[in-house]
Amino acid sequence: MHIPDGFLDLQTAAVAAVVAGLGIAVALRDVKRNLPPRRVPLIGLAAAFVFAAQMLNFPVAAGTSGHLIGAVLACVLVGPAAAVVVMTAVLVLQCLMFADGGVTALGANLLNMAVIAPAVGHVVYSTLKGSTGGLRRTLLAAGFAAWCATLVASLACAAQLAASGTVPWSLVLPAMGGVHMVIGLGEAVITMLVLAVVARARPELLRAGEPAAAAINSTTAFGLLAALGLVAFVAPFASSMPDGLEHVAEKLGFAASATAAHAAPLPDYAVMSLAGDSPLLSTVLAGGIGTLVAFAVAWFVARALTPAHA
Amino acid sequence: MLRDRLLSPYQHGSSPLHRWPARTKLGVALAIVLLVVLLPRNAYPAYGVIGVAIVAAALWSRVSRGQLLLRLALVEPFALGIATLALLRPGGTELFLSMVIKSTLCLACMVLLTATTRFTDLLQVLWRLHVPALLVTTLALMHRYLFVLFDEMERMQRARRSRTFVAGKASAWRSSAQVAALLFVRASERAERVYLAMCARGWRN
Repeated sequence: MHIPDGFLDLQTAAVAAVVAGLGIAVALRDVKRNLPPRRVPLIGLAAAFVFAAQMLNFPVAAGTSGHLIGAVLACVLVGPAAAVVVMTAVLVLQCLMFADGGVTALGANLLNMAVIAPAVGHVVYSTLKGSTGGLRRTLLAAGFAAWCATLVASLACAAQLAASGTVPWSLVLPAMGGVHMVIGLGEAVITMLVLAVVARARPELLRAGEPAAAAINSTTAFGLLAALGLVAFVAPFASSMPDGLEHVAEKLGFAASATAAHAAPLPDYAVMSLAGDSPLLSTVLAGGIGTLVAFAVAWFVARALTPAHA
Repeated sequence: MLRDRLLSPYQHGSSPLHRWPARTKLGVALAIVLLVVLLPRNAYPAYGVIGVAIVAAALWSRVSRGQLLLRLALVEPFALGIATLALLRPGGTELFLSMVIKSTLCLACMVLLTATTRFTDLLQVLWRLHVPALLVTTLALMHRYLFVLFDEMERMQRARRSRTFVAGKASAWRSSAQVAALLFVRASERAERVYLAMCARGWRN
């Protein structure tokens, strides 16, 4: 998901950099205020940990393998604001030391993976987990949050590429979204597996990541920033098709009959056959189905990883 | 692949390029990248000039050419992947070419920068540019312990491999997750010790 140099136009890169800078500034201020000095080295070590953990291979199929991204894992382990700092450090080091991700695209990469991903992850995680969540609920929340964060970050990346006129919107959105819905499942399962082991080995480390009183404040701030970042890139597309809503409504009428006709083999093919008619609708459908699948996977893995009465 | 990516990109040398102050090198590299990004899509002569300049600088720095090419090859695939999407749109060939050229030039420039400049020197530059102290501290600590943690991870994996005979996919996932989790536990324990050591040496927040 690291955008290289030469793929974004100046405007997009600048807007992304400003929003990312704002997000990181909020996170830095939050960390400085709420983090005891004793835990400052932990942020550096956690950043090194995320980088090292990204090198671990998880075999998928036919010799390919996936790896962790780690935004939500960091979120759960060190808290949301610290996670933003951790991911920022990871991305800056990858950019300046390993030429992974462009310098002019650094702002966009930071926005996607260091601001939007932890922000979305944190909002989903804290909402799902509730205030008195047990281990199973914590794992479920973290897994689903990891999936959401991966998907939303990839969509933001797709939006930036499309906004720069590099690749057409109708192509890059389903491509990135589709791929990352699957990658997100891997991210969810890995995040849950890792958290389950940490919970067994050192349960107090999981509680340490929970922010104290200021939680609600920063949750709102992060949520707003993530929304702002998304809107900045997605809004132009919405406004460039003013009759988009009517169009969708019309297609929805179609869709009702279309799905009825295809009722039996619904999943993939029905969605695909609609794709020709209305890319937007089929994207929404695919997104809905993907979300349900991701939630179900998170639920099953969380059940499998926790003892019967935990 | 794993090892190569994590191997420190800096290659020690005594060429004039190595001896330039990091500030200048970072500035020039950023200027080149920005210039390449801003150039119009079909400015091929300009691309040629910049390409020749980068190659000349690379030769002048006397860094191992194989190393440079290897690093370039490691970061290039994603750029090619996105650029291929551009091929699918009408008249995308020119766009594809320009994107590949642009990203390759920028990557080459950054690879050369990191091969001739220590990361700690770059951190000094960031520090002097008033990047927030917390971020610089985090980066410095991260860079310092990255290789320590990576070695630790490799030791854990080796220990695990030497005790495992059946490696199904599920068990591979479990053991990788276990390694990651224990790596975090050890990292946080190390962070406590690092904090005490930092305090003992007069560090103030």
